[in-house]
Formats: sequence, structure tokens, C-alpha cells
Amino acid sequence: MKARAFSYFRAATIDQALDARARAGDDARFIAGGQSLVPALSLRLQAPRLLIDITHISELRGVRREGGYLRIGALTRHCEMLSEPLIAEFAPLLHAAAPFVAHPAIRNRGTFGGSVAHADPASEFPAMTLALGAEIEIIGPSGGRRVKADDFFVDLFETALQPGELITAVFVPLFKADQRFAFDELARRRGDYALVGCGMLATSTGERIDDIRISFFSVGNTPTRVKGTEATLIGSSLGAERIAAAQAALEGDLAPPDSDEVPPAMRLHLARVLLGRMLGRLGERA
Amino acid sequence: MSGFDESLLDDADETVRVRFVVNGRKVACEVAPRETLVDCLRNALELTGTHAGCEMGACGACLVQLDGQAVHACLMFTVQADGARIDTIEGLTESGVIADLQAEFHRRNALQCGFCTPGMLVNAHELLSRVTQPSREEIRDALSGNYCRCTGYEAIVDAIDAVAKARSESGGAT
Ligand SMILES: Cc1cc2nc3c(=O)[nH]c(=O)nc-3n(C[C@H](O)[C@H](O)[C@H](O)COP(=O)(O)OP(=O)(O)OC[C@H]3O[C@@H](n4cnc5c(N)ncnc54)[C@H](O)[C@@H]3O)c2cc1C
Ligand code: FES
Ligand code: FES
Repeated sequence: MKARAFSYFRAATIDQALDARARAGDDARFIAGGQSLVPALSLRLQAPRLLIDITHISELRGVRREGGYLRIGALTRHCEMLSEPLIAEFAPLLHAAAPFVAHPAIRNRGTFGGSVAHADPASEFPAMTLALGAEIEIIGPSGGRRVKADDFFVDLFETALQPGELITAVFVPLFKADQRFAFDELARRRGDYALVGCGMLATSTGERIDDIRISFFSVGNTPTRVKGTEATLIGSSLGAERIAAAQAALEGDLAPPDSDEVPPAMRLHLARVLLGRMLGRLGERA
Repeated sequence: MSGFDESLLDDADETVRVRFVVNGRKVACEVAPRETLVDCLRNALELTGTHAGCEMGACGACLVQLDGQAVHACLMFTVQADGARIDTIEGLTESGVIADLQAEFHRRNALQCGFCTPGMLVNAHELLSRVTQPSREEIRDALSGNYCRCTGYEAIVDAIDAVAKARSESGGAT
């Protein structure tokens, strides 16, 4: 349970971090909260020569409004999702998801940028960036860019991040008065990774749903938006029949992986149950 | 504030000097970058109240306070803590801030072998400083990352619940 020997560099600026990464080559890793990386190093699943600590880079901190977005710095800790008033007001879906992410002490260290970069398909926040229509701000040796969450999660632990690139922030469209959200997950014990989880964000006129984004996690190789299911809900209110139709449509959107512990049929069933509950709650809040 | 020096790459496992404040005292240590904080506390500083169980973030036996917040000492390298303030179970005991929790754990048999106890206390201390009157549900939730193989948790929840009530009756002071 000991990591292989490595060197450690604490970067003070983004430029220093990118420079160190470029000069050390692919054998270097950025470390943020370390709550995924340190166990991976201890178990020797990874054995880089250099760790570049990015947690002292002030440019990666802070939560603020920028145009129609909330800009959430990559180093925002999971616990700040619970305590930061701007997040509660303008990104309430993240605020609602945060208590389900790991345990309190892990939330004190783990960072939003780290969670999104790690792209664990069982993680809450990556899936929520999809439901929110968020954009990931990236900087690398060849400059900066913004990638839509819809284009960011490529495969198992694989994202649009190129080697040597850093996530600097996530831009979340500001929550509006005509929007409603829901978050829930089913886990064997609180704090465990979910068997199935889901977040959704709907825009409505009265009871009519004008637009809805629904994203599941723990259902496959990546967080998964269920576009076919979303389509069955647009243009009408959330009555029992409509909810049943959405539950039926889920089968076309999800293909849960083979697993002895949670067979695909069971996971699909749990996803349907969760979807039904959450849409019911969303309807009550109209 | 210097930039990256490539010769660093040849120095993997060479010790580096780390300075921090542990339990109110300034400490300097020579550590290899791969040494976790829990190993440094236990081996170099002989603060063996912080326990090493799973060493992968699952059991909660290694909780300490870093700049006032509970964190897993097995999930960080000592070098990351350079410049930080660390309070271990020994420091929290010495200062008396958890004396009532400790007495209540003792009174209610909320420990048997005691392996989990330091982590439980660090966690309970943080919970009670954030929420003055947590429900039993909230207490269980806060302890979700702390394993106890002996007690069955009930007495631990009872003890924390009793201290929360006693503290709020005496005006919330610790
Ligand atoms: C016992 C336990 C239970 C957990 N339960 C959950 C859970 O229920 N749900 C959940 O979502 N998570 C859970 N986690 C994981 C936790 O949320 C991690 O904090 C998070 O996944 C990673 O964030 P980090 O800041 O710790 O990243 P690190 O561990 O520091 O890094 C993770 C990866 O991301 C890269 N990285 C980090 N920051 C950036 C950046 N800004 N730009 C580019 N790359 C970057 C690193 O190089 C590394 O490859 C759990 C962890 C543990 C130990
Ligand atoms: S030893 Fe750190 S959580 Fe188990
Ligand atoms: S008292 Fe033995 S593990 Fe909790």
C-alpha cells in the first residue's frame, strides 16, 4: 500500500503547472484533492515520476457570476458546493447532489475539477454537468478552449482533455425562475457509489415542459444523457401517463453493462423506478 | 515562487524538508514525497493516535484536522501539507475541546478495541461544530465513512447525540 517513488512540484501559477507538465512528459500527473489519485497511487494502479500539485494556484479558485453563467473554479471543494451561497442560488442541482458525493472528510478535500477530469461514470458531478448543459474550460500548451459537457465525456475515464491540459473552471448556465430540478440516487449505503443515480433540469411554462435535460450515472462507461426519454416529455405536463411513457423509453437510451453484482435488467429497473419518482416530484413542484 | 527545475525528476525518493504546525507546535520533517501524512505522523512524529487501517480512504481510522477540517491522513502526502496546521487526536485531547465527547464515549461503551475511536472523535467533533443539534440520521450520515468492527455503531451515535444535547443545554459552548 505504498506509492512508487515520485518527485513533487508545487505550482504557484497555471503557467508553472503547464510548463512542468510539458517538460516532464506523459509520466507526470496533476494532483488536486488527491481523493481519487492517492488511492490509485497507493494501489500502484498508477506510478508517475512527477506529481504537480495544483492546489496552490489561486487562478483555479473561486465561484463567481460571469455573463449568463456561474463560473465554478476547478479547485472548488465538494464541501463548498454545500456552503457557497452562489451555488445554492444559481446551480442548485450541484448543491443538491453534493451530500451524496462520498463522505464529509473526502468532501473537504475533493475538488469539482478533479471529479470532472477523473470522469468516473459512477460519480455525481460529471453527470450533473450534462444535466446542466455546462461547459468545461480547459487550458493547455496550445491555449484555452471551452468544451460542452455533451462533448466532454468520451469513454470510461476518458475525456476530451488532451495530455498536459488542465481544467480551469466549469461554466454553468444560471438557474432561472422558470426552471425546476431534481436529484436522487439509489445506493446500498449512504456515501457509497450509487447503483443508479440521476439529475434533471426542466424549463417549463406553467405545467408544460418546454425543455428537459436528464442525465444518469452508474449506468455505463460514461455519464449518460437520455435524449429519447427527454423527447417523450417535451410539450406536455408531467401526468402519470406521460411519466410511464418516459419510463418505457428509458430502455432505448440505456444499455447497462454486464455485472454479476447488478445485472443489466436490475439496473434498468432501478433507473425506471428512480426516473418515475423524480418526475413525480418535479410535477408536484409545477 | 520558483519554476520547475528538471533535475527534480532525478531526485525521486530523495527526502525534502516539510514544515508545518502539528498540535500547536512548529515541526520540520525530512520526508520522501511518497510518504503519506499518516505514516509521517505515526513514524517520524510518534503520534500513534492517528491509526492506519485501509490506507485508501475507506475506513476513517486516519482522520486528522488539516487547517481545521477533517481529512484522511492516508489520502495525502506529507509534502502536500507543507505550511499547514495539523491537529491530531493527541492535540484535540490536550486542548480539551473533545473532553465531553471522550467522556461520553467512555461512559456508553462506544468503543471496544478503540481502533476506530480517534477517527470517530475527529469526525464527531467536526459535525458538532457545524450542526449544533444533529438528528440521529445526520449523525449516522456524518459517520458513513468511519468503520467500526466492534460496537455496531449504536452506542457511538448515542454518545454523539447525548453530547450534542448537553452542549446545547449548557449554551452551545464546548
Ligand atoms: C472512499 C471514497 C469514496 C468516494 N465516493 C465518491 C462518491 O460517492 N462519488 C464521487 O463522485 N466521488 C467519490 N469519491 C471520489 C472523490 O469525489 C474525488 O475527490 C474526486 O473524484 C476527484 O477529485 P480530486 O480533486 O480529489 O482529484 P485528484 O484525485 O487529485 O485527481 C483525479 C484525477 O483528475 C486529474 N485532475 C485533477 N484536477 C484536475 C484539473 N483541474 N485539470 C485536469 N486534471 C485534473 C488528476 O490528474 C487525476 O488524474 C470517493 C473517494 C473515496 C476515497
Ligand atoms: S486508513 Fe485512511 S481511511 Fe482507512
Ligand atoms: S471499537 Fe473496535 S473498531 Fe470500533
